[in-house]
Amino acid sequence: MRLVRLFRSPEAISGLVILGLLGAMALAAPWLFPRDPLSIAGPPLLRPFQDWALPLGTDRLGRDVVAGLFHGARTSLAVGLAAAAASILVGSVVGTAAGFAGGFVDEVLMRITDAFQTVPGFLLSLALVSVIGPSLGVVVVAIALSSWTGPARIARAEVLSIRERDYVASARVIGMHPVEIALREVLPNALPPVLALSSVIVAAAILTEAALSFLGLGDPNRVTWGGMISEGRAVLRSAPFLSIIPGIALVLAVLGVYLAGEGVVESSAAREGQA
Amino acid sequence: MNRAFRLLRRRLVGSVPVLLVVVVGSFLLLEAAPGDAVDAYVVSVGGDAGMIEALRQSWGLDASPMTRLAAYLWALLHLDLGHSVAFSRPVLSVVLERLPNTLLLMGCATALSFFLGSALGIVAGARPGSFRDRFLSIGSLALYAIPGFWLALVLTIVFSVELRWLPLSGMETIASGKTGPARALDIARHLVLPVTSLGLIYLALYLRIMRAGMAEVWRMDFALAARARGISRRRIVWRHVARNALLPLVTMLGLQSAAMLGGSVVIESVFSIPGLGRLAQEAVGARDTPLLIGIILVSAVLVVAINLLVDIAYASLDPRVGASEAGA
Amino acid sequence: MRPLLSIRSLGVHYVSYGSEVHALGDVDLDLQAGERLAIIGESGSGKSTLARAIAGLLPPSVRLDGSVDWPGLGHQAQNGRDIGFVFQDPASSLDPVMSVGDQVAEVAHANLDMEWPAARKLAIELLDRVRLPEPSALATSYPHQLSGGQKQRVAIAAAIAGRPKLLIADEATSALDTIVQAEIVALIRQLVADDGMALLFVSHDIALAVNLADRIAVFRHGRLVEVAATDELISAPQSTYAKALLAAHLGLDTRLEAEP
Repeated sequence: MRLVRLFRSPEAISGLVILGLLGAMALAAPWLFPRDPLSIAGPPLLRPFQDWALPLGTDRLGRDVVAGLFHGARTSLAVGLAAAAASILVGSVVGTAAGFAGGFVDEVLMRITDAFQTVPGFLLSLALVSVIGPSLGVVVVAIALSSWTGPARIARAEVLSIRERDYVASARVIGMHPVEIALREVLPNALPPVLALSSVIVAAAILTEAALSFLGLGDPNRVTWGGMISEGRAVLRSAPFLSIIPGIALVLAVLGVYLAGEGVVESSAAREGQA
Repeated sequence: MNRAFRLLRRRLVGSVPVLLVVVVGSFLLLEAAPGDAVDAYVVSVGGDAGMIEALRQSWGLDASPMTRLAAYLWALLHLDLGHSVAFSRPVLSVVLERLPNTLLLMGCATALSFFLGSALGIVAGARPGSFRDRFLSIGSLALYAIPGFWLALVLTIVFSVELRWLPLSGMETIASGKTGPARALDIARHLVLPVTSLGLIYLALYLRIMRAGMAEVWRMDFALAARARGISRRRIVWRHVARNALLPLVTMLGLQSAAMLGGSVVIESVFSIPGLGRLAQEAVGARDTPLLIGIILVSAVLVVAINLLVDIAYASLDPRVGASEAGA
Repeated sequence: MRPLLSIRSLGVHYVSYGSEVHALGDVDLDLQAGERLAIIGESGSGKSTLARAIAGLLPPSVRLDGSVDWPGLGHQAQNGRDIGFVFQDPASSLDPVMSVGDQVAEVAHANLDMEWPAARKLAIELLDRVRLPEPSALATSYPHQLSGGQKQRVAIAAAIAGRPKLLIADEATSALDTIVQAEIVALIRQLVADDGMALLFVSHDIALAVNLADRIAVFRHGRLVEVAATDELISAPQSTYAKALLAAHLGLDTRLEAEP
């Protein structure tokens, strides 16, 4: 029933189609382009649509742009999903702890949350990557570190309203341990509004990863769209397509996440409205 | 005014623990970075092994972490943010030199996104569900998905490389000898593309918030009541619906300031604007951790200050603010 | 005598979750100038829908049939200058970020072609007329600074600022407590008498209706069940529904209680 409604909204359909295509690209990359995408595949600066073996041409070092796009989809989606999952996890745990414990713990956790919201997230990611050194894991942690505050605030607000409800009170009466109540009764109920935020977080994570790679702070051993755009900058006048093509992929990925996310939120809102 | 003053005082007091957390976090990051302040100093100024030991002792770097944190706090209280390796100068003076450019860029981008975004949001939200509404809402979603640095490159290709209408990069024409209005115009021409690249994503965001806010206010009784009182549709849209929908947008302005500051790092680097963001990238490139941390601290203070301003603006727009604590 | 308002076979229909709902059907009703008509019924009886249909305040998706004419005006009624409308909840019918004086003044400005200074002066007079204390000071305050009863007085001042011929009070007292309710009813009675306005008093409270109206129309399930002069309806109700309503309410003798 819910899926049917999801497929009725044109926005949601286009979002899911885009995400499906990008997901397929990411999964198929190692089979379709088994060579290292960072290796030289042809003459440098080959324009698109000249050679059907290299349909979108090559960059300044002769690397295949299409292979880069496919392998870049892997990095973008993997980093986006991993960072979003990490920030939602950290945010929900911190928010639940703050809301459930209350008092001094709540105060301390919320001041820490405020502090993270006060420091520009991108600068924080930049600092972390620069101090520890660029690798995929560090990039994921750096992005999560700058985006867990939103889920934390929402989870806390939800927990504050949930913890006064009957089923929590009855769990208390039967003597359940507070941590068990928090994990088994409160957290699962606080999660849906937090998850509604996930499309925005995934999109932001993809954009942050691209920006870090663009500044040369991505994992140097992987192809990323941000890195490809940055690579193309050197030949912006003679071969603008090298920056434009991966950028379009990036825009489509972010747009797909937004559209699908909006479709899911709207369809579940409609379901609640009818219930 | 008394009300705004009380609010200001409360917010100022409230921001102290937040900044304290930021400082402790910065200290931890500094500790985690390879090398310490003495290494940084010696790299830039020079010195032998004996001098290094002496400096370590005199700067208290051989003391326990708690003592060092206290010393760090003490130094910050005296506006001493440490020494920059890359620039061989105190961090604060380097940062303050770059700050005005970033403030100008951010100020213009905020003005563009806020005024144009809210105006278009009003146009879209004036008639929910109309063609204009659907067009603007889908358009803004597409705009919202465009990363600023890529937009910057595309705009550069079109307007600087192909059409040659606008300068490629920089803050102003170097050694042009321009002064007064001519110089202002020159800077303005240089800022068109960076401001657009930085501001467009927020324009889309503000448009969407304004539109959603208007949709919410339309559902309220007072919009219908104003219609029942014979108030013109134009006045209802602008004076009642938009006026109320503006409030969450103003709040957003403060919340987004940190994100915009982060965004300016990339934009400044694309357009080679000597601001705080480009400085951060330079600090990363030179492994100048004290400078990077200094930038983070100054940014945090800046964000707190912007939020204070936004709070004051909000209090002047919403008579209900502070009403519940009138007695306090 | 030409009635102020003439309603003929009015129906209101809207679509909800795919099926058509008939909120109001086949209503015939006249209202004379200066007459006080009460519309009573339970919630869902269509009484508020009728009030909104008369004032043209239903959402555009709603389908109307039949006619609402204004023989006494000679033209279609305009909100503000011909109809004043008071809503149920005074807390939400005022703009939270505009001073109450300005909210009354903008009605005069819009409907009486008054310049702002004159409109603001009139607003203070109107706030005085609805018996708000220190009207010139109160005019600069905001809705959240007033009590529920005070807010409803402001809403009434705004409703009559355009000097309408008809005042519609849609459950205007039901969000207030009993004492304030009686004061607001007294105020409405006074204003209607002073200005010679017609009154459409929509209420679920038959005692209030009896107390205030010359004539009462009883609604149920979107249909007009019975309409009669107040005395007639009390002494000799025709329909079984009206009989039941009266038996339930007048048995408690709320009528005396509500007398000002």
